[in-house]
Amino acid sequence: MRILMALLLCLGMLPLHAATEVLTFDNPEQERLYKGLTEELRCTVCQNQNIADSNADLATDLRRKTYKLVREGKSEQEILDYMSQRYGNFVLYNPPKTGGTLLLWIGPFIMLLFGLYLVARIVRRRRAAANPTSDQSADENLERARQLLRDADEDKS
Amino acid sequence: MKKFAVFAGFIVVASLLGWAVWKSMDDPSYVRTIPSPLIGKPAPAFDLPSLLDEGQRVSSEQFRGKAWLLNVWGSWCPECWREQPYLVELAGSEDILLVGLNWRDEKVDALAMLRRAGNPFDVIAYDYDSEAAIDWGVYGAPETFVIDKQGIVRYKHVGGITPAVWAGELGQKYRYYAAED
Repeated sequence: MRILMALLLCLGMLPLHAATEVLTFDNPEQERLYKGLTEELRCTVCQNQNIADSNADLATDLRRKTYKLVREGKSEQEILDYMSQRYGNFVLYNPPKTGGTLLLWIGPFIMLLFGLYLVARIVRRRRAAANPTSDQSADENLERARQLLRDADEDKS
Repeated sequence: MKKFAVFAGFIVVASLLGWAVWKSMDDPSYVRTIPSPLIGKPAPAFDLPSLLDEGQRVSSEQFRGKAWLLNVWGSWCPECWREQPYLVELAGSEDILLVGLNWRDEKVDALAMLRRAGNPFDVIAYDYDSEAAIDWGVYGAPETFVIDKQGIVRYKHVGGITPAVWAGELGQKYRYYAAED
């Protein structure tokens, strides 16, 4: 029974297997390069998919082009440059750190620092308010109480 | 009182943000466009078979010295059906050099579409394997490029051409570079 189930499961996987492309490479390095590149390159018409995962026509075209360039013996950087010269950095899932992308990298940390500063300020102020033992605030409170008493006297008269 | 001011400020900022998002969705240019890195760079060269004339070639070299438009289309693209009648009208009423790049299309389907809606193109290059399309960074159809007399790509429009689009930046750029010496 268990074997039958396993066979059935295998049967279900058949069409999946048939859908993959059959590609031949000169050496394992080329194959690794191709796999790496298709995972690194974004399918520009999809919602956040790389060209390895997407079945869109454009992704198929870009995969074929990548395959051709890999077979021609182009290096990883050459192929990434080839793509970004045509489709812009949008096609790269790991774009170079330029002015704009640098802001994206360090922006959150700037926000975090600003938030920490705000929290520190609020905490310091609250602590000062809840802790009227310091000489200065005690004097201030005393002065305020006297002022209130004086005002009350003036109101009466 | 101070708390109320902070709350009111928050409401104002939030509604401004909401308004900006809402407004940008109304804008027809909301359609996601990826800026082309080709603008200001030499147009990628191509040499492809002609769709209409078997045995003839269409090469980007033959347009040197002229300002031209490259319109990427395919019979599988509904937006291309919509823009086609206006392109026919435009080619009839204005002096433009309109080069078609028939992309990833079956020849019979492409020819049938031209018979149905008319042919606005001066020449059409047949790019079945996306050879030129990838070089031009095309990611959808229709897309239209403006190329100046020196062969520099000056502008890219993503989406169909309508009278409003032609009256806008696309047409203005083309007329500017066509008038240039």
